[in-house]
Amino acid sequence: MAELLVPDKSIVVPGEEVAAGMDFLPTEGIYRDGEKLVASRLGLLVVDGRLVKLIPLSGKYLPKRGDVIVGKVIDVAISGWRIDINSAYTAMLSMKEATAEFIARGADLTRYFTFGDYIVTKIVNVTSQNLVDITMKGPGLRKLSEGMIVTVAPNKVPRIIGKQGSMVSMIKDATGCKIIVGQNGVVWLQGEPEQELLAVTTLRKIESESHISGLTDRIKAFLDEEMKKLQAGK
Amino acid sequence: MNELLRAHILKWFEKGKRYDGRKLDEFRLVSVEYGVTKNAEGSARVKIGDTEVIAGVKLAVEKPYPDTPKEGTLMVGAELLPLSSPDFEAGPPNEESIEIARVVDRGIREAKAIDTKKLCIDEGEKAWAVIVDICTINSAGNLLDAAALATSAALRNARFPSYNGKTVDYKKITDNKLPIVRLPVSVTVIKLGDHIFVDPTVEEENVIDARLTVAITESGKICAMQKGGNAPITVDDIDRMIELAAAKAGELSKKL
Repeated sequence: MAELLVPDKSIVVPGEEVAAGMDFLPTEGIYRDGEKLVASRLGLLVVDGRLVKLIPLSGKYLPKRGDVIVGKVIDVAISGWRIDINSAYTAMLSMKEATAEFIARGADLTRYFTFGDYIVTKIVNVTSQNLVDITMKGPGLRKLSEGMIVTVAPNKVPRIIGKQGSMVSMIKDATGCKIIVGQNGVVWLQGEPEQELLAVTTLRKIESESHISGLTDRIKAFLDEEMKKLQAGK
Repeated sequence: MNELLRAHILKWFEKGKRYDGRKLDEFRLVSVEYGVTKNAEGSARVKIGDTEVIAGVKLAVEKPYPDTPKEGTLMVGAELLPLSSPDFEAGPPNEESIEIARVVDRGIREAKAIDTKKLCIDEGEKAWAVIVDICTINSAGNLLDAAALATSAALRNARFPSYNGKTVDYKKITDNKLPIVRLPVSVTVIKLGDHIFVDPTVEEENVIDARLTVAITESGKICAMQKGGNAPITVDDIDRMIELAAAKAGELSKKL
């Protein structure tokens, strides 16, 4: 006797009962309370077969294993670094995961990463207590050099990246900026000021219009027009 | 990283641009709203971009200070509410909030904005005390200018409560305004490298070399200044900074 209590693709609020019966399985953003499935945050309900999922409309970043994120060093500890990952939790980068180099006992860890450094890193584990372990070992994981850091809403990150990175490649190609988008909503850009400014404007545009269909075409038109203006200005 | 951020911001400045697309001498959108709180005798909310500050004026009858028996008193306090920035914590006032309160206070005092003699009720015994409280609602840079503007606006908005010689009835507000002579506005000019600019964002505030806050009256008279930041500034710098501040003060005064 399983039934959905609200239609598929509807917006639900925390505490709302979305389905009844044991045939449905709760996944992201949904939990089971006896016979009922209840939403734990504000978002869009998606039913995929027996799985009930919730796409959040807002909220802070929740660390997930395998995510590539951009973080900032906020503390240098005895055996590693504490990293701000734009989340309610901080991450720990241990010495072992930081570099392939041998680090002698009592070495000055700020030689590798110091306060305020930004890094591209990957989450290797998130414990049930929300302790986040990260690593610097992997392709593209490194300390970031001079550039601009902007934060976007973490739930818009998939739209900014696009299918197989199509959206972000489009911005990169059009503006000529180097861009790294972290799953946690922290974005690093490097380019000439005008290019960076255009890239940031585009990011903000995607953020505010991501729910309207035809986004890719609109962003493409916008970028073309703005680049023409820039070229004309020179 | 601050070194990197500084270098990067300077690169933008070379092209006369800022992170949010503004020019160096450009303010964000400034708005002033009067009478925003119920219990204060005068209040105002000022927004400069995303920065938001509320100032409230309370009026009380108190004994004047012994050295100025014929004058009322002015007190300014500022609080950086933890809700306005992740960097602000609850607790006793810190350096930043004390500086805001003192700089705003000095601006009002040295502009002789309020005719304090008219606040006297009974020489040496009773006089009105003007108490200004500044609260930050959101901090996105340039709290000082926002606080000073909000204070001036709140003073203009204030009305005396009724007073029968013994007690003040805060429920009955009269139509009498404060004896305001002129109102100052403050403009903070920042120096970074060889560039000077106004209305910093939080990122820019983190990398400044030096700053100069200039309080200027509506008629263009400079009444107070405060220098901050680690780098020294030359007399030429000061001239340039004051010139820019004066131009911007004119714009801000129009918002009052």
